[in-house]
Amino acid sequence: MTIIQQILFILSLGIAAWLVSRRILIISKTIRLGKDENLTDQPGQRLATMMRIAFGQKKMFDKPWVGLLHFMVYAGFLLINIEVLEIILDGITGRHRLFEPLLGDFYPVLIGFFEILALAVLVACSIFLVRRSTGIVSRLQPTRHRELRNWPQLDGKLILIAEIVLMMAILTMNAADSTLQDLDNPHYPQTGTFLISQFLKPVFAGWNEHGLVIYERIAWWVHILGIFAFALYVTYSKHLHIALAFPNTYFTRLVPKGEMKNMPEITSEVRIMLGIDNPPHSEVQAVPERFGARDVQDLSWKNLMDAYSCTECGRCTAACPANITGKKLSPRKIMMDTRDRLEDIGQNMLANKGTFSDDGKALIGDYILEEEILACTTCNACVQECPVLINPLDIILQLRRYKAMDEAKVPASWNMMFQNIDTNQAPWKFAPGDRFNWAESLPK
Amino acid sequence: MMDYKVPTMAEMAARNETPEILFWVGCAGAFDDRYKKVTIAFAKILNHAGIRFAVLGTEESCTGDPARRAGNEFAFQMLAMSNIQVLDMYSVKKIVTACPHCFNTLKNEYPGLGGNYEVIHHSEFLQQLINERKIRPADGQPFQGKKITFHDSCYLGRANGIYNAPREVLHALDADLVEMKRSRAKGLCCGAGGAQMFKEPEKGTKDINIERIEEALSTGAETIAVGCPFCMIMMTDGLKNKNKEDSVRIYDLAELIAQAGNF
Repeated sequence: MTIIQQILFILSLGIAAWLVSRRILIISKTIRLGKDENLTDQPGQRLATMMRIAFGQKKMFDKPWVGLLHFMVYAGFLLINIEVLEIILDGITGRHRLFEPLLGDFYPVLIGFFEILALAVLVACSIFLVRRSTGIVSRLQPTRHRELRNWPQLDGKLILIAEIVLMMAILTMNAADSTLQDLDNPHYPQTGTFLISQFLKPVFAGWNEHGLVIYERIAWWVHILGIFAFALYVTYSKHLHIALAFPNTYFTRLVPKGEMKNMPEITSEVRIMLGIDNPPHSEVQAVPERFGARDVQDLSWKNLMDAYSCTECGRCTAACPANITGKKLSPRKIMMDTRDRLEDIGQNMLANKGTFSDDGKALIGDYILEEEILACTTCNACVQECPVLINPLDIILQLRRYKAMDEAKVPASWNMMFQNIDTNQAPWKFAPGDRFNWAESLPK
Repeated sequence: MMDYKVPTMAEMAARNETPEILFWVGCAGAFDDRYKKVTIAFAKILNHAGIRFAVLGTEESCTGDPARRAGNEFAFQMLAMSNIQVLDMYSVKKIVTACPHCFNTLKNEYPGLGGNYEVIHHSEFLQQLINERKIRPADGQPFQGKKITFHDSCYLGRANGIYNAPREVLHALDADLVEMKRSRAKGLCCGAGGAQMFKEPEKGTKDINIERIEEALSTGAETIAVGCPFCMIMMTDGLKNKNKEDSVRIYDLAELIAQAGNF
């Protein structure tokens, strides 16, 4: 009987590992479609940022209550993995509570600690589920934000329900286990009472030993298969942030938020036009294939990792002045669209032996609308708000560069501004010679 | 009455002199009728504080910020490189400007093109002058106890992390500083950045400057302080829209200091 369970377990572990690694491979392959950007300078500063923002959850505590609830789920997730390790080893070896003989008296203390975490996760996820479903938080409402309609809305709830089920499984499993210990079942080592699940034991009071073993096994399998399914599901979901928040904060841009990326490919041409450089014809650099970004391949790998790191919390959108005043722009949608495009390209690559076959689509136009990127005031509120240091503005500005320079398609009034800059060296139509006239009104 | 002098870099160079600072006026400061008053107020302050400064005058050009943010990198780099040529020709080391957009571009974006200068926003510079007691703004005391609210501009605040300097300048007025619901890192844009100043806004339910002026008015302040020409223009438009130009005034930090000091 045990050996069949062991075989089934190893089989499901293997299948889960294969499916998850296939997903990781395709995700990293699509991220690497992006352009090079060197973000490995100042490793000390980067590590400190990651520790503070991802590990320490600093930005989550901007909203203290939500921060606390999220911290409970996060800490629970990180630490309960130690118990998952025991469960996996139990599954492979066919033993039960493998760590018990090693840890002795400390074992029930440890399990008690995990049970507190499990309860905390259960409580936090329940509150989150109610909060998400009742409409008290505007930024989570699909009626207010079109990008949340359908799948994203369901995705947000599914994971919360899944966590609640997983935690219930682990707590009732321990309660059934304790009851079996009371009956001196030889397969269940005496560990002493567990901190939280002891209060669930009355549920199992009238059960016979056989029924208890069956329930304990079912709960065990639900818990561990649930975790395998969760691991795979996460790679398709906004919940991928649980893994990518760490590298994403490490590789953040360490420059002032106001600094827009330079385009060195233009500099040499400008220098020639201004007569600063006068290179022989052979040295004139080739004109780049494209100015700005039309599709995800034109963005940097960090922009693409940003997209996979987004958990669609919408703090960016809630702070966006354009969105607040009813415009179509939503920084969250910019990130979701970028990810959707990457997912579509990933599927395309899977169907075409690993290479992307042109599908006639582009990020700008087919996913993100021109109207959205035009509405951005570059105020950096979205960048400021993101708990995992995503930069939607960087993508918006690269798409604008494509519109302005590659397609030469910007609003007429911007063209007028460009013209004024060309002829008057000012965005307004004033004669450059009048630039110093203001000083005349000073009393002399 | 003081004689105010605004020497140009060219004049100074002709006399073989170098100023302590270059006052970068910016296009709004040079051409916008409302913001010219700010330029004048700041020039008066520099005179009163005895700072050896100069301006570029007609040799100054747009820094290129609106062109770059509208996506036109060519136009930006053309302006930036020619500005850098001029600045380097005069061996400029230190620049002060009242415009956060000029400030951000000169400070953060010119180094990438070879232009390296110490760049200071006028709010920081005013704070320094007050701390060094080179100017004593509260002497006139016209703002003592008056409610003032400060509108953070994105390019000073979030973009460059400067939140305290403008507030400390206002504290020097002995005024009653009240904060809007959204301030500092949570501040709301005036709606003009990212070259929005130069086009009509996209369709929505409200214009951004209206949302912001409503928030400013709800503090009950009779003075709204700004530190940016774009914010000044947008907030003034908002105030007109609300028919409140008679009861509420919008001033730049430099104007408040100049008024307080009777300059």
